[in-house]
Amino acid sequence: MNSDNDYEYELDPEPNFDDTSESLIDVDDLSVVFEKQTILQDINVSILRGQTIAVIGESGCGKTVFMKTLVGLIQPTQGSVSFDGRRFDEMGMAELTQTRKRFGFVFQNAALFDSMSIFENVAFPLRQNEVVAETEVRDRVMQHLLEVGLPGEVARKYPAELSGGMRKRVGLARALILKPELVVYDEPTTGLDPIMSDVINELILETRRRYPVTSIVVTHDMHTARKVADRVLMFYPRRRLGPHESQVLFDGSPSDLEHDDDRRVRQFVRGEAGERLKEMSLQSEG
Amino acid sequence: MAEQGTAALSSPRSGGAMDDPTPSEGPFVRWVTEWGSAVVDGVTTVGDIAIFAWKMFVWLFTRLPRRGTILPNFYQVGVLSLPVVALTGTFIGMVLAVNSYYQFQAFGLENRLGVVINTSLVRELGPVLAATMLAGRVGSAMAAVLGTMRVTEQIDALTTMGADPIHYLVVPRFLACILLIPALTIMADFMGIVGGYFYSVVILGIDHAAYLNHSREGVRGFDLFNGIFKSFFFGGVIAIVSCYRGFNCQAGAEGVGKAATAAFVYSFVLILAIDLTLNIFLDALYFKLYPGGTSIL
Repeated sequence: MNSDNDYEYELDPEPNFDDTSESLIDVDDLSVVFEKQTILQDINVSILRGQTIAVIGESGCGKTVFMKTLVGLIQPTQGSVSFDGRRFDEMGMAELTQTRKRFGFVFQNAALFDSMSIFENVAFPLRQNEVVAETEVRDRVMQHLLEVGLPGEVARKYPAELSGGMRKRVGLARALILKPELVVYDEPTTGLDPIMSDVINELILETRRRYPVTSIVVTHDMHTARKVADRVLMFYPRRRLGPHESQVLFDGSPSDLEHDDDRRVRQFVRGEAGERLKEMSLQSEG
Repeated sequence: MAEQGTAALSSPRSGGAMDDPTPSEGPFVRWVTEWGSAVVDGVTTVGDIAIFAWKMFVWLFTRLPRRGTILPNFYQVGVLSLPVVALTGTFIGMVLAVNSYYQFQAFGLENRLGVVINTSLVRELGPVLAATMLAGRVGSAMAAVLGTMRVTEQIDALTTMGADPIHYLVVPRFLACILLIPALTIMADFMGIVGGYFYSVVILGIDHAAYLNHSREGVRGFDLFNGIFKSFFFGGVIAIVSCYRGFNCQAGAEGVGKAATAAFVYSFVLILAIDLTLNIFLDALYFKLYPGGTSIL
């Protein structure tokens, strides 16, 4: 990572991540159970440094739970998640807090603080975690707002005064301001028009070009998955799987999705209801 | 790991396997199961609140939030509550005068009306009224704001940015409630005394000097201490219960509404329970310290 004072990034059109073979996140036998409902079961995944991974799957398949477990927001019922070789469940609060500063998280609806201006929202992680002069805070906030294509006057506004696309870009600026090693995007294009969706996709790519980050993009937008990811994980709802089937139906390159052997993967990619329609009509009759 | 006191989603219960069908049971077994489940839920909630409060106290005694985080809460809890507490205090003082006058007059004791009005106010009605107004005006708002932050993932956002939500959101609210409710109680007491005096002396025509002299004789310093001492506990319970309900808000607008309602209802019930307990304790303490009944202040 860059030093704290080195906040003017140079655009590197062809970044060379030497350590891409090193794993940043290791998920071992992960299961998450809420009350009596199994959301995730026996998930094993390794995420390498510098990768951009798209996690896809239909609503309710556990994508968001998986993503929140990866950053320690949800505690696994069984199994473990390690970040940079350290298991979350072995970390004390202080270490966990320090580790979280290495994440940037872009929430589905941006999760900006309503009571704060855009400037205060983007400055929040800096003020919370680093001792920096206010002039440097201002410079870094304005630089990050510009990087996500927002003019300086937006800084004075409040989240309620911005459109959904602008809020997402503010969320991205906030996520990047501490120069994280891992950026997690939760449904970054949901609720946006196609053009703004593509703006967000370009920003994800641009972020990857500028910073040496590992990215996890949780989405059900196939255009986003194909455009930004170099690896795709497809999850399937546990309740609809057989007892010995893996919940990760697909783990590979986006270009292989269309031709995967599994019919459910192909159906999802093509957006075909298939037998889901029959299942739903059976459920409603039952 | 995952923060305590977060929504059900953030604290998966271990041990549950796949959805298991419930075997057919008789009515007695179902009754026992339902009651058992309710008891377990109740105990779990009490335990959750205790852990939530413990974390809050740990932060309170290790690192205070910044002034910029605390002051808006003080303004919200103290300054904005003052007019409504003063107004209701005034009315309560006058209502006491109206209700007590004819009973006292029947025994020729109307000049002693100030004793019952002022003692009731400083011991009971002032603190309980201020606490009730605070629970209704501030507690519900706290639960609604924190509940909205929960469902819009703002609390998760705080966590991911290295800020502890309990430190950042709960400690300032707790401090505001616990430190400012005594001031609100004093204001409710004062305005109630003024209202009672006004109605008794100006409207009902009770002798001014007799009213004040009997009030001075009847109201002990310990009564005032009793009311203010209790108010600290009321403020604490309002903050903890309201913040807990907000942090554990269920999804959607209905969830936020339920959290706000539950914050007021639980706070109010607890205020009354604490009021009873502390009254018994403080009276026992008073008579232990001063068996002759002399005021300690």
